[in-house]
Parts: sequence; C-alpha cells; structure tokens
Amino acid sequence: MVYLLLTACGLALVSCKGDPPIDTYTEKKILVLGNSTEPQGLDPQIVTGVIESNIIRALFEGLCVEHPSKQGIHLPGAAASWQANDDFTEWTFQLRKDGKWSDGTPLTAEDFLFSYQRILHPDFGAEYAGMLYYIQGAERYNKRKTEDFSSVGVSAPDPYTLKIKLKASIPFLPDLTKHYTWYPVPKHIILKHGSIDQRNTPWTEPENIVSNGPFILKQWRLNDYIHAEKNANYWDKDTVKLKGIRFLPVSNQYTEARMFFNEQLHATYGLAPEMIEHASNHYKKYLRQETYLGTNFIRFNVTDPTLKELKVRQALALSIDSEAIITHILKGGQKPAYGMVPPTEDYHTPNAVSFDPIRAKQLLQEAGYGGSKKLRVTLLSTDREVSKRLSEAYQDMWKKHLDAEVSIEQREWKTYLSRMSELDYQLALGGWIGDYPDPTTFLDMWKTGDGNNRTGWSNKQYEALLATAEQTKDPDARLRILEQAEALFLSEMPIIPVYWYTTNYLLHTSVKGWHPLLLNNHPYKFVDLELSDAN
Amino acid sequence: MLRTIVSRLLQGIVVVFCLLLITFVLVRLMPGDPFSGEKAHSAHIIEKNKERFHLDKSYPEQFSVYLGLLIQGDMGDSPVKEQPVAKIIEHSFPASLILGIAGITIAILIGIPAGILSALKKNSYIDYGTMIIAMAGISIPSFVIAPLLAGHIATRVPFLKVAGWGDPFDWILPALTLGLGTAAYLARITRGGMLEVLNQDFIRTAHAKGVHPAIVVTKHAIRGGIIPAVAYIGPAFAALITGSFIIETIFQVPGMGQHFVNATKDRDYFLLQGVVILFGSLIVFANLAADIVLVMLNPRIRA
Repeated sequence: MVYLLLTACGLALVSCKGDPPIDTYTEKKILVLGNSTEPQGLDPQIVTGVIESNIIRALFEGLCVEHPSKQGIHLPGAAASWQANDDFTEWTFQLRKDGKWSDGTPLTAEDFLFSYQRILHPDFGAEYAGMLYYIQGAERYNKRKTEDFSSVGVSAPDPYTLKIKLKASIPFLPDLTKHYTWYPVPKHIILKHGSIDQRNTPWTEPENIVSNGPFILKQWRLNDYIHAEKNANYWDKDTVKLKGIRFLPVSNQYTEARMFFNEQLHATYGLAPEMIEHASNHYKKYLRQETYLGTNFIRFNVTDPTLKELKVRQALALSIDSEAIITHILKGGQKPAYGMVPPTEDYHTPNAVSFDPIRAKQLLQEAGYGGSKKLRVTLLSTDREVSKRLSEAYQDMWKKHLDAEVSIEQREWKTYLSRMSELDYQLALGGWIGDYPDPTTFLDMWKTGDGNNRTGWSNKQYEALLATAEQTKDPDARLRILEQAEALFLSEMPIIPVYWYTTNYLLHTSVKGWHPLLLNNHPYKFVDLELSDAN
Repeated sequence: MLRTIVSRLLQGIVVVFCLLLITFVLVRLMPGDPFSGEKAHSAHIIEKNKERFHLDKSYPEQFSVYLGLLIQGDMGDSPVKEQPVAKIIEHSFPASLILGIAGITIAILIGIPAGILSALKKNSYIDYGTMIIAMAGISIPSFVIAPLLAGHIATRVPFLKVAGWGDPFDWILPALTLGLGTAAYLARITRGGMLEVLNQDFIRTAHAKGVHPAIVVTKHAIRGGIIPAVAYIGPAFAALITGSFIIETIFQVPGMGQHFVNATKDRDYFLLQGVVILFGSLIVFANLAADIVLVMLNPRIRA
C-alpha cells in the first residue's frame, strides 16, 4: 500500500515536471509581463499612471502610433494620414476608413469628438484633462467658463476627418496623440452604461469593453492578472504576431525578479538597484538598461528664509557628486544631470550644474556661513528604500563638503506630497517623467501656480520666454527659446538636477521586436515571441 | 447558550461600529487625500472629485452618508480604484480564505501534535528540540521565511512556483509560511496546557488504576490540555484569513492583506473602511466560535 502511494506521488511529480511555464506561453504567443501594481482602472480618460498606460496601449490606439525602434517617427494609427498648417496651429487628421471598434462598429471622427468632450467635461473630473489644454478653448470648457463645446477647437467636417485647432504652435502634436488621454473611447458603449460625465460605470469590465487597439480585454482578475487577446477587428491585425498579453501586478521587485529567473515572466517591470549588479554578472543577456525620459532632482523651497538666498542653493547644488550617487547607489547606468530637460539631438540642455565642492564652499562663505555659523537644513524624503539611501548620501556630501548639518525627514508618500504642495519643507527629493518627448513637458511645470512647481519659485521672464516659444513657428527657433528659458530657470536654481533616469529591467531572449524607447511605451503590435536555443 | 450568543453578537456589532468610527476619523486626519499624486491635478478637478465622494462635507455628514449606504448594503466606491468596494473585497476574499484555512490547518497539524509530544516527553531532547524549533518559528519573521522558501524550495520542487496563484500547488508555500508562525505558538501553548493537565490528580488516578497511557492521554489529557490552544485558534484563524501583506506580496497572492496596507497608504478611505468592517466582523465571529467550542470542551464554564 505504502509502495503504491509512493509510486503514485512519484508519478504525479514527474507528470508535473514539464517545460518552464514561459516556454509554454512563448509557444502560445502570449506575452507575460510584470506590471508593478494593480491598475487604478482601464478607462483611458480616468487613469493617470504608467502602469495603466502599459495595458491601455494594448487595448486602444491613438491617431498616431509609436515606431517600434525609432524615436520621433510617427506611424499611422487610427489616422491614416495628417497635415498641419505652416505654424502648426491647425491639424487635419484623415481617419482610416477600415478603422473599427472591436465589436465591428466603425470608428469615426465623432468618436474622437465625444472622447475629447468627455475628458474635458467639467463634471467628469478627469485628472489628466490638462493634457488637452493645447486645444483652443479646451481649458475654458474644462473650467466651466463656457458650456458650449463647439467653442473648443475640434471638429469633424465628415465622418473620417478630424480637425484640431491649437491655442499655440505645437509641432509635437503627433507625439501627444500617442498619449492615452488623446485616445478615442467608444461613444456607443460608454453611453450604454451611463452618461458622458459619469465615472465608474462598468463599461471597462471585460464583458462590456470595446476598444480599437491591437488587443481586447478578456479577463481581469483583481491583483492576479489582466489578460488581453488579439483583436480580430483591428485594422492592422496581420502585423500583430502575439495572440495575447498577460499583465501581472507584481509589486515586490524581488518577487518579480524571482519569477523571471524561474521562467514565469517574459519581462519585469523594473529591477531593484541591489539586484542590478547580480543580474549584470550572471544574467547579462536578460538585463536591459535604457535611457528613460525623466529627471531626478532635489527641490528647494525658495520661500524658506535660509534657502531664498541663491548662493546657499548654489552651494548645496555644487556639492552633490552625481557620479558617485550613480556608481554606488543606483548602479543602473543613469546619467549625471546638468539640467532639467534630458538632452536630445535637437535640444541642447544648458550645462548649469557640475560637482565643484571648492566653489560650493566659497559660495556658502559668501552667503555668510562658516566658522560657528553652520548651515542647518532639513531634507524631506519618502519612505522608499532608494529615497532613504539617496537622502543619506546627500546628507553625507553636504556634511563633508559644506560642513552643513542636514537632518532627514522620511515621510510616507501622501504625507510627503502634501508637505511639498503646502511648501512645508526646506529641501525635498523629487523626480519627473516626461509625458511626451518635448522640452515643455519638463519646463511648463515651473510656471507660477502650477500644481507641480512645489518650490514657490516664480519668474515672469521665464514665463514670457515659454509664451514666446509657444508662438514661434520655426521648430528650431522654438527649441532655442526653450533652451534660454531653461538656462534662466537653472541660473535661479529652484532645484538641483541630480541624474537622468534609465529603466532597468529583465527581458527574456524569446521576446523579439522590443527595442529601447525613451518613454518605454513599446507598441505591442510589433512584438513577437520565438523559442530559441539561447533560452 | 443562545442568549449568550445573541448577546455576544450584539456586543460584536457595537465593537465593529466603534472600530469603523475610529478608522473613519483617523484615516481622514492623515495628511493628503485619495486624489493627490506625484503629478498634481488642477484644484477644480480635485474639488469635483471630492464632491463626488462627499469628501467636501463635514465628518458627521460624511459618516451619516456612509452609514446610509451601508444600511442599503453598499460599501461605497473606492475613489482610487474607481470600483465598488464590495467588488474588490469579493475578488480578493476567496484567496485569503483559502490561504487562511490552509494556514490554520498546517498550524494545527504541526503545532498541536508537537506541543503534546513535547509535554509528554518533558525535559527530554525531543522536548528541547521541539521548543527550540517553535521559538525559532515565533522569532523568524515571515519576510525571512517566505523568500527562503521561494528561493530554495520552489526552485527545486518541480510543481511549485516561486510566486503566483494559478493552481492549488501555489497555495502550499504561502500557506506554509503563514501557518508556521501560528504552529510555533500553538506548540508552546499546547505544551503548557498539556503539562498543567498531566500534573492533575485525575490523570495520576487514571495511571494508578492501570489505564493504558495512550488512553490517558487521548481520552483524558488532550481534552483539557488543548483548551488554551483552542482559545488561541479562534483569533489566530481570523488573523490568518485577513491575510498578510508580506506573504501576499512575496508569493503574489491576490488576497485582502495588501488592501489593508495599500488602502491606508493611498488614503482609499472607503476601501479601508470596508476592509476594517470585514476584518472586525471576522474577529468577532472567530472569537465567538472559539468561545462556543471552549464551552463544549470544558463543562465547568457552562453557565
């Protein structure tokens, strides 16, 4: 009897032992991705995060689509073609005639008008409505200064033509249309489940949702996974190689890495800094380190009596050794930042900050510190592990180079945000990820009263330069004006730029057609899976 | 008996109500709100959203609106996840329940026999060994055990995964992690309870009468010896069902524990209130159930 039981158990074990799970998924052409946490939702007009955008990008498609490998090239999406007038203030998009929703309903310009009206509707309360403020009259409508949506600069002369009038010269509009806030949402489905200004209706449930992207939502198991399947009604379905994508909300980065190494994932969402070295030594073929459009910095509260003195801010800035931070703490191939806007081929970031402890000390002395008068400030940080380590490094550098006494206040996320917004801090850790590849995504936030400014800094000349750039037709001249604006911003130093981000993650060798992109917004329709011996 | 149960249930309602009221106020006193994020939103949008969830009203008004919803069987909507709280709980409770039942089963199967064995072999190597392991089980936190099990067991045993919740095999490691700590407590409590009973006169009498030692233990000693353990199992079961944030995140279990932590971090007031009501009720019921079992086991406390 015992022998029989043992044999049965042994057989059960053997039968369970098979190919690694990821090979099974690869054969089935189902891409399995770690996606950090459970999404806030799947309504493109409500969500605000990268996690959600990773899923929404599979389900919906904007007017233009990201090129799989070349930044700045816009491929046709819901629009077959587009033209702008000379000064980039009026754009006409010709929608493709074969564009359909996943239920077969034609996708028309009317859907776009409805979508823009919905996200801008004052009663809908979309957090990211500001992404559409480039459209003439959009802000006024969103802020209920007019009830008339026809005053907003969008129109549909015929079912397949969409005209957009902008309030300024925006040569990067095709980039904006790739952002999920500009995606169309299905009017016929949304109105079936509620009104235009109603949130939290069940239209995004798997049994109700209709989308226009390469995939459709099939299963949504809270905190477990989201499964999307190829959309048979997608206009470019022949390009789509994958049969499905499964997004796993794995919030613990160590768990995620273990799952990857145990062949349960094709790609991780991220990689903890402590694991980068290990991955680099032992799993080099999987490790991806790619430039990411974001800047890490330290905010100054310029209204603080100590920090309103420019020389104090400059002294603190010049004593940060970004190289050391990157080498010893982050280890992820980040680049030391000398400005706010990450440099590109066309945009030359003013070189405003570099590590110079001798000059830093001089500046602090000129500001009246030294001897018995020590600089004493407090650095506001979050409770995240990497923030803690960064704060300690800054504290040590300021002590070493300026003999400054810096105390660290670690606060949990919402308290940290609240303290920053109320200017209840002296120095605070900060970071910013661009929404689209244009310098304005990093510069507009420093305007007076902008909710993301959080430094108390304000400069009329800076705002005038941004306004001039908005009205400049020539794209090159526009960038030069933005460079001037950034140089002015950095000369007043309301922040210390520390490093430009990279994304560090693990990608299985079976994933093909997945190339580095600045916003990490990979168009899934070009991704494929192939079993290879290298696995 | 019935009167006691009804009275305890009424007391339970008061307890849960107080718990809800305290949570309701405390979470609102914390800085920030459900709508603040890294990227700031326009003031008019935040106002609009506060209005949607009645957060622009005074606390008493908010509480009365919330109670009104509760009476209708509605726990409200999560302002962060934009979904009904009841739906979120409905989706995550099954995983927690499975994990809790598996965890308590493991705890009972390991803890009680270990405790009995230890008591019977008092001051022997078996006793010392068991109690050292139990002490280790109590002292080593789950965030140490869980990665060790995931990294060393799951990678070697073919049918186990390092994380995930797809098939019943996936229950093993999280349930083991969850159950081990409780097993260790149970072993110590059972040992203590058994030692107390084994020293009593009626056990000595039974031995003197020549009753077989195994019968003395199984028929007479265990019944009284496990009473402290049973009293502990009730609340422990409730604690295991309510989940563990650490175990859930390490093993990727879609359970309730993470909502408890994340709802607080996200200022997801309604989700937190819903979870607190559920956890509070579970603890009330588990304690009541433990008391009923105790009454059945111990005739002396039958009033």
